[in-house]
Amino acid sequence: MNSRGSRRRLKDLLARGTCVAFTLLAVVPLASVLLYLGAKGVSGLSWSFFTELPRPVGESGGGMANAFGGTLFLVGLACAVGIPVGVLSGVYLAEFGGRGRFASVVRFSADVMSGVPSIAVGIFVYTLVVLSMRRFSALAGGIALGILMVPTIMRTTEELLKLVPDSLREAGLALGLPKWRVILRVVLRTGASGIATGIMLAVARVAGETAPLLFTAFNNRFWSARLDRPMGSLPVQVYTYAVSPYAEWHQQAWAAALVLVGMVLVLNVLARLLTWSRGGSR
Amino acid sequence: MARGAEHRAWDGLDGRPSRRGESAATPARRRPWLSRDGEVNLGDLVFRQVTALFAAGTVLTLAAMAIQMTRASALSLERFGLRFLVGRDWDPVRELFGALPFIYGTLVSSLLALLIAVPVSLGVAIYLAELAPLWIRRSLGFVIELLAAIPSVVYGLWGIFVLAPWLRGTVEPALQRALGFLPLFRGTPRGVGMLAGGVILAIMILPTIASVSRDVMRAVPNSLREGALALGATRWETVRAAVLPQARSGIVGAIILGLGRALGETMAVTMVIGNRAEISASLFAPSYTMASVIANEYTEASGDLYLAALSELGLILFGVTLALNLIARLLVWRVGRLPGGAGRL
Repeated sequence: MNSRGSRRRLKDLLARGTCVAFTLLAVVPLASVLLYLGAKGVSGLSWSFFTELPRPVGESGGGMANAFGGTLFLVGLACAVGIPVGVLSGVYLAEFGGRGRFASVVRFSADVMSGVPSIAVGIFVYTLVVLSMRRFSALAGGIALGILMVPTIMRTTEELLKLVPDSLREAGLALGLPKWRVILRVVLRTGASGIATGIMLAVARVAGETAPLLFTAFNNRFWSARLDRPMGSLPVQVYTYAVSPYAEWHQQAWAAALVLVGMVLVLNVLARLLTWSRGGSR
Repeated sequence: MARGAEHRAWDGLDGRPSRRGESAATPARRRPWLSRDGEVNLGDLVFRQVTALFAAGTVLTLAAMAIQMTRASALSLERFGLRFLVGRDWDPVRELFGALPFIYGTLVSSLLALLIAVPVSLGVAIYLAELAPLWIRRSLGFVIELLAAIPSVVYGLWGIFVLAPWLRGTVEPALQRALGFLPLFRGTPRGVGMLAGGVILAIMILPTIASVSRDVMRAVPNSLREGALALGATRWETVRAAVLPQARSGIVGAIILGLGRALGETMAVTMVIGNRAEISASLFAPSYTMASVIANEYTEASGDLYLAALSELGLILFGVTLALNLIARLLVWRVGRLPGGAGRL
């Protein structure tokens, strides 16, 4: 009896140890990625890296100003597409949709869409926008990224608005406000910080997307702010430089990746802090 | 999601027909914009329809994607039919397109990824859901989220310069010494190849499988755990006997979600898998996936048939991931509906 008990305890210990070991193992790649980014990327950072355009192969120096500007521009465009669609759909799901069949179909589509490969979205936008404009364009890139943002924003908005207490809605109606004003002025404002979290996470996701940009925004070695022209971006630049045979470009790829990951991590941490502070105040 | 059922705040407030003014024949549900005295509030009507329109946008986009991609691949669908799936030649010059090497590369790299990622992520999920103290749960959960947040192209960069050299110098020679009698581990260790693709995919799908499995385990009612513990079960026995059986379909859903991600993942794989359209038994040999060939050749595809063939690869990818996601969501939702779950899904 006693030996059986100790065997069970041993098995328990073994299983728990395995779980802990696997968890540690799962963290190793993250640590390694961050470590190498720090080791190889920091030395490539300089003022000119942020302000100068790329130089041709063979000339040293130069920067990625085009890619930084392009990424900001593209993410801005994506927000212009993704935020209104995402937030308003979320409002519909939370305030009007309920358990209705249409709302369920929308929810399900959003969930499914968040699993569609981003490269498929790229092909979709290519056939829709690039073919009809007859050229790669920043607009196409922004739309592709915007589509990828919608599911995240929609579902966070819905979840957050459902947490807004009904008493606030009742108070607004009791003041004689029509429903739509109550939603815009009271409900959305109450959920605003949570929705901002969702938007930040969505931005963090699309800022690093490469695949859908390859044949929508394409790439551009020069500065551009035109909607109907190709545009460079940080992830595409990292890709181009990483697969190139030039050591100097590799160095720049590490530096650009470091900046990219820095942006993404800051957004994630901010989003998490917002969530925690909200949880604490309630 | 769980609160969706009772959340019909507006209906009780102003959608209900007032006993005096309104005839009982007009059910209020169809006209929720009626205010109490039966007046139509135009603003509400418009607002509701506008939000509904945006909500419909997602469904329409999904449908439009299916239609557009089918149209884009029409030429190839017509010319090759089902032969496309079994053809081994990919020759733009002779206009011969067969997808088998890419399908093979995609499937094998994804299965390899599952083989590595499933045990590890289940270990993580069990630890996070059942064993870890609260502060570790929170902070480690966040670390796993960060793992998912690193852009694919950065994993690719790391794969080229850190993972592949390590595989070439350390892992692959060791595998060859130990298991070299298997055809899987023959050939020159190159670093870049199927194994590198599988490992990098495993890293990228681990957070998905781990966090969804953790959530379904949290959705298992606490009473089951308490019952098992009260019978004298150890923590591990509780997990095995009470938690895992209940969460099984959700965990399968999580794994399918991970598989869906692996199949469609593009950049990191493209950068480390070697990009050669060959079918080889060796895991050390270079390979090619459907997403990679699209990424590499779509902008350069000359000729309508070439472009259509690439689009058809995209269409297959789209269809397969759509189906996998559908199945996975249904499985995960089923666990989410267990009564009295310990955590919200």
